[in-house]
Amino acid sequence: MDLTYGPATDAPPMTANAVLLFVAVFLASTVEMVEAATIVVAVGVTRGWRSALIGVGAGLLALAVVVAALGPALTAIPLNALRLAVGGLLLVFGLGWLRKAILRAAGLKALHNETETFREQRELAREARVVAGGLDTYGFTVSFKGVLLEGLEVVFIVITFGSNQGGILLASLGAVAAAVLVLGAVLVLRAPLSRVPENTLKFVVGSLLTSFGTFWGAEGAGVSWPGSDVALAVIIPTTLLISALMVAVLRRTTPVRATTRVGVA
Amino acid sequence: MRYIRSFALFWWDFIVGDDYRVALSVVVLLSATAVLSRAGVAAWWLVPAGVAVTLAVSVFSVARRSGQRSSP
Repeated sequence: MDLTYGPATDAPPMTANAVLLFVAVFLASTVEMVEAATIVVAVGVTRGWRSALIGVGAGLLALAVVVAALGPALTAIPLNALRLAVGGLLLVFGLGWLRKAILRAAGLKALHNETETFREQRELAREARVVAGGLDTYGFTVSFKGVLLEGLEVVFIVITFGSNQGGILLASLGAVAAAVLVLGAVLVLRAPLSRVPENTLKFVVGSLLTSFGTFWGAEGAGVSWPGSDVALAVIIPTTLLISALMVAVLRRTTPVRATTRVGVA
Repeated sequence: MRYIRSFALFWWDFIVGDDYRVALSVVVLLSATAVLSRAGVAAWWLVPAGVAVTLAVSVFSVARRSGQRSSP
């Protein structure tokens, strides 16, 4: 099977260059897909898998439509503007989740007074409205945007690596192999994650959304992160650490008013 | 008119949530980062630092209000 792009007579066999192309696209695509999978798993575990998976399906469908309509002209899409919009939205969502998870962990969320009761009722009503129609708009939107953005990045990787080295098909196979690997990891992790306490999950998910939002939002605003994607490996633990410190400080400095304090770990 | 109002309220609740200062802060931080980046300044630190401050202000303001309510 000829795995190269262009006339068959020009096609080299599986040379070292072809292997390098496959490995490079596989690794780069794995990084992008792990980012998308992290968001989908986080949303699926905390908001329900149905809406998260519908978001994934819609994201993939939108991606397929965009790829079919634009083809190689895809590289003209202003990816930074998309990163800025998705990053900004994830930051707002993530900070909201993290704030509530920190307050619950510190025992400040379930306050029993009229104002708080009113606020809780309003929140419940809002959530009920969001879930109306059987679809959790929040879970759907976050999954959809994550899959579309990361999917576009994978397509860019395939087009740029593949066309530069004359092997679009081989580059595509590298991306498909990455998709199989990441999907397998998601299926393995799904069951153990469902046994983690709810507020711990919300704490971690809030930290993840905030971290990805920080990374993409700043990148979309024109920032070049030191270490590129590796910066995420610093941003995520730092966000978790700062949030855990806030819980510790709040527990020491504020009286317990909620019925119970819930842990974050 | 009522439909437009409830539609706008839905999106406000959905995106902004219960602390508008967080959303405002995100817009300001990303805008400032874009301006600095265009001016050639390495501004990668601004969003993470601003996010940490925003979260702290939002969380501790709830804690302070709660402390004021609990004092005699």
